[in-house]
Amino acid sequence: MIKTDILIIGAGPTGLFAVFEAGLLKLKCHLIDALPQIGGQCSELYPKKPIYDIPAYPEILAGDLTDKLMEQCKQFEPGFTLGERAETIEKQEDGTFIVTTNKGTKHQAPVVAIASGLGSFEPRKPLIHNIKDFEDKGVEYMIKEPELYRNKRVVIAGGGDSALDWSIFLSDVAKSVTLIHRRNEFRGHLDSVEKVQDLKNKGKIKLITPAEIVGLLGDDKLSGVVVKQAEHIEKEFEIECDHFIPLFGLSPKLGPIANWGLEIEKNAIKVNNALDYQTNIPGIFAIGDGNTYPGKLKLILCGFHEATLMCQAAYQIINPGKRYVLKYTTVSGVDGFDGTRKEAPKAVVKKID
Amino acid sequence: MQDINIKITDRDGVTHQVVAPTDMAMNLMEVVRSYELAPEGTIGICGGMAMCASCQCYVQSDTQLPEMQDDEEAMLSEAFYVKDNSRLGCQIQMTPDMEGLEVELAPES
Repeated sequence: MIKTDILIIGAGPTGLFAVFEAGLLKLKCHLIDALPQIGGQCSELYPKKPIYDIPAYPEILAGDLTDKLMEQCKQFEPGFTLGERAETIEKQEDGTFIVTTNKGTKHQAPVVAIASGLGSFEPRKPLIHNIKDFEDKGVEYMIKEPELYRNKRVVIAGGGDSALDWSIFLSDVAKSVTLIHRRNEFRGHLDSVEKVQDLKNKGKIKLITPAEIVGLLGDDKLSGVVVKQAEHIEKEFEIECDHFIPLFGLSPKLGPIANWGLEIEKNAIKVNNALDYQTNIPGIFAIGDGNTYPGKLKLILCGFHEATLMCQAAYQIINPGKRYVLKYTTVSGVDGFDGTRKEAPKAVVKKID
Repeated sequence: MQDINIKITDRDGVTHQVVAPTDMAMNLMEVVRSYELAPEGTIGICGGMAMCASCQCYVQSDTQLPEMQDDEEAMLSEAFYVKDNSRLGCQIQMTPDMEGLEVELAPES
């Protein structure tokens, strides 16, 4: 059981900034995220794109913003459960909550802050009629354990970075790798595209374009795929394989949080914005893009504000009746949980003759 | 600046005649959101970067549309329910040339 003061669901910018604000109040945080890395949308969707409305940054890349937020909060030693999706929440008799992930990891905290943005990123599944029958029987939407593919015949579909990168990686592991894409052009880092070209020339990756998978074959496990190729004349043929990995990107879904008894409106969690961004369940807050209230704007800077107010309310729940007044970091400095201290340099007092 | 009239058929098949400003740098996806013709969180997920295809629509009028850029074409090549008249709403800017545009929103995926 992982125990913490504030359990934050979602490790995007709002969740990361909440770690900093909580740390100033001596509250410890642990974050759960369905993605294998921190940063949320900023690192999953557009790490190399600039943002122009972060106060004091005329321009900052989304990936750099994530790095800066991590650097800012790291002395408060946040814990992370990455690559796991928060699945259930149970309120305990002592008022705390236990949140369990899809992999069974349990977390306990008196305060839960949902900073889940648009939701947890789920793989987009291609529209193949019998694909459900083969899920985990040869069809995987994400590569979790590359060793699974050792000496196996693998078909990958998709035209973005993940399709390219995994084709490259698996070409060394699998018995054969076939990459199928609807067009001849791929959208990815130039060096990945060139590497696939090189591996294709060497016969280590078989490339079929423009084409798509239209059917899956097999009895209780996958034995092959049906490919429809559209160059010049349309033709359909079968390829024998052990695994089919469709990599068509991820799309955010509210997911299991929708069943937590929270008031939902417009695919977002309703909160009290007059006070502290608490939901209809006391002790559970929602901050950032995933909440809604009259006049809500889905902006990172609004998420920062919401995170800050949420931490004040969390302090009151965790330390009932304990006095505290807001201090400016310039005055108080920042005392990390790791023993580090940041503080403003002392003014020099010296006589002028 | 003039407003333009466009017709948008939502995912339930209902057609809406709406007025869109041409001086607010809005695109079609944003017009749909401003009139709440698709639930929040089901359209414009990436914010309009041609990176998610949640604003895919089928163009039904013969309006002269801006030429498709590489990123839109790449995204549509990975999207589902794509037809010959598919475009990404976020890549269609509301300009006076779009007067009379008629589109249908593609299914959610």
